[in-house]
Amino acid sequence: MANKNLMSVDNSFEIAQLLTKKEPRRSEWAIEKILSFAGIFSILIIALIFVFLFKEAVLFFKTASPLDLIGKWQYDEYEGKTVFKIMWQAVSEVPKYSLIPLMLGSFLVAIPGTIIASFFGIGSAIYLSEIAPVRIRETLKPTLELLAGIPSVVVGFFMLAVAATLIQNIFHTKFRLNAFVGAIGVSLCTFPIIVTLVEDALRAVPKELRDASYALGATKWQTIFGAVIPAAVSGISAAILLGFGRALGETMIVVMATGNAAVVTGNIFSSVRTMTANIAAELGSVDHGSEHYYALFLVGAVLFTLTFFINLISEIILNRMRQKLRM
Amino acid sequence: MKTASLVIPNLEEKQTNWGEISLTVLTNLFSLIPLCALIYILSKIVGDGARTISWEFLTTSPTQGMTHGGIFPCIFGTLAITILMIAMALPLGVGAAIYLVEYAGQGFMYRVIRAAINNLAGIPSIIFGLFGVGFFILFVGRNIDSVLQTGLLFGQPCMLWAAATLAILVLPVIIVSTEEALNTVPQSHRAASLALGATKWQTIQNVVLPQARGGILTGAILAISRGAGETAPILFTGCAYFLPRLPVVKLFGAIPMINPLDQFMELSYHIFIMATQSTNAELTRPIQYGTTLVLISLTFLLNLTAIIYRIYFRKKMGHASI
Repeated sequence: MANKNLMSVDNSFEIAQLLTKKEPRRSEWAIEKILSFAGIFSILIIALIFVFLFKEAVLFFKTASPLDLIGKWQYDEYEGKTVFKIMWQAVSEVPKYSLIPLMLGSFLVAIPGTIIASFFGIGSAIYLSEIAPVRIRETLKPTLELLAGIPSVVVGFFMLAVAATLIQNIFHTKFRLNAFVGAIGVSLCTFPIIVTLVEDALRAVPKELRDASYALGATKWQTIFGAVIPAAVSGISAAILLGFGRALGETMIVVMATGNAAVVTGNIFSSVRTMTANIAAELGSVDHGSEHYYALFLVGAVLFTLTFFINLISEIILNRMRQKLRM
Repeated sequence: MKTASLVIPNLEEKQTNWGEISLTVLTNLFSLIPLCALIYILSKIVGDGARTISWEFLTTSPTQGMTHGGIFPCIFGTLAITILMIAMALPLGVGAAIYLVEYAGQGFMYRVIRAAINNLAGIPSIIFGLFGVGFFILFVGRNIDSVLQTGLLFGQPCMLWAAATLAILVLPVIIVSTEEALNTVPQSHRAASLALGATKWQTIQNVVLPQARGGILTGAILAISRGAGETAPILFTGCAYFLPRLPVVKLFGAIPMINPLDQFMELSYHIFIMATQSTNAELTRPIQYGTTLVLISLTFLLNLTAIIYRIYFRKKMGHASI
């Protein structure tokens, strides 16, 4: 038995490693250190992004109060009294830095965008994983990758130049560029991500589960709805969450297609300004070290925190799913 | 004793199940509609862009207040910045992947680096832009200036910092595909090399890396395509609306070289700025379509090469599935 074990490839690999460890060479040691630095570099970058974003963001509170992030009391000449103004108006006599219109704008684009993308994404993934013949699957998947490879500025340009007019003609909206146009554009970008992740989740469901369902007399779709989807539900929800995180962070499409008006609204056909678009539109014209500059970093920090937690939650869900499938 | 009631399906009876068929058709449509959208976008861009594209458009500079002329400086800028970017990102990314696969094991360090890479991949691109301004330009750049007494040379937006910002953005792409490539190299090959007395690094250098070359190349191509298409990270780190000259410096007064300390024009930024902030966006639509077609051809060509190369590479390594 022992002899047989010694001969196995796995063991000889370990033995060889032990032998090389006995005779440490200086160059080998140096190479390992250099490579480990490359590995640690990504941790360093994450830490630096975190530090620099929050360091600048916190400086906002040097001159402004946390209440400013919601709204500001200001005397209104037309109404003749002091009113609580909830708006983002960084370049004005009394600059106003309310995050409410920006966050509303972001959600008004990202939530419909994710819903549309999930709707089509899950449908496509079911088709690709459960129904499509191998040949169709093998042509559709690379096409999806090409779709994912379209630069977001191109999608933004298309929405701005072509789709916005189409959508206005269909829905007769007041503004040509609005949250809905942005949502459609964002859904085009998140769709490939959701398809890929949902398909992975569906394919990770063991074949035995499907066979058992068929053996009980279930039809194909009964099997899909009764066995496959319930087993993959955590992977599907992780995919939707990741898509949502991507939609929230999308910049070029929204800055080009949503009209960029920072208003407090729940109307999907109104022009909005998202957190990302706000940074993109204003950072170019701002003095380093001004209150406005710090306010933009604060918006960035809020966005970073939001996407960080969304990614974290989906990562945890995915890890749980992997562990479950391994058992 | 109870007997389980068995329902034996009548195999002769073949009922058309309309519910099943309509669901199949529906999901089929779900995957076809986005595909049609893709085809429509492409045909629109190719159709309108092709009318603008000419040899002159590709080789001349913008003239008459950006309303006429070509986009040569943008093409040059895009190529220059992607070269700088990949020169920074590739060694770091490949090094990190080698460390993760060959040295780190499955321990604590592995999991922390893994988490950091996953996180990096999920950060919105505009955050990289903010980071580029706050860290590279204002922190690193200004500090270099004050140490070297160069006035305001490094501490302003330029190609170097834009490329560095893009490099950290594409780092996860390179790391993940390199890791995948390294993992396809059979463990027994490493064992054979070690058993012959080769050191760990000799094994990596002579056995592992040559076999993983295809996968690493695929990752590099994907990273270039991603970097060439990104706009948000370079908005404030070095892009210019218009520059009268190319970002080129004469090394020793003779050899022309990309000047990393200059600003630059870039394809994706050109599309963005012409479509949203030019004086007459409707008038310059043909230029916008032409620029979009050039950019999309570039990224598509790169992506297609990567996809085909990967299929070929996986088939060679004995993985038939895509």
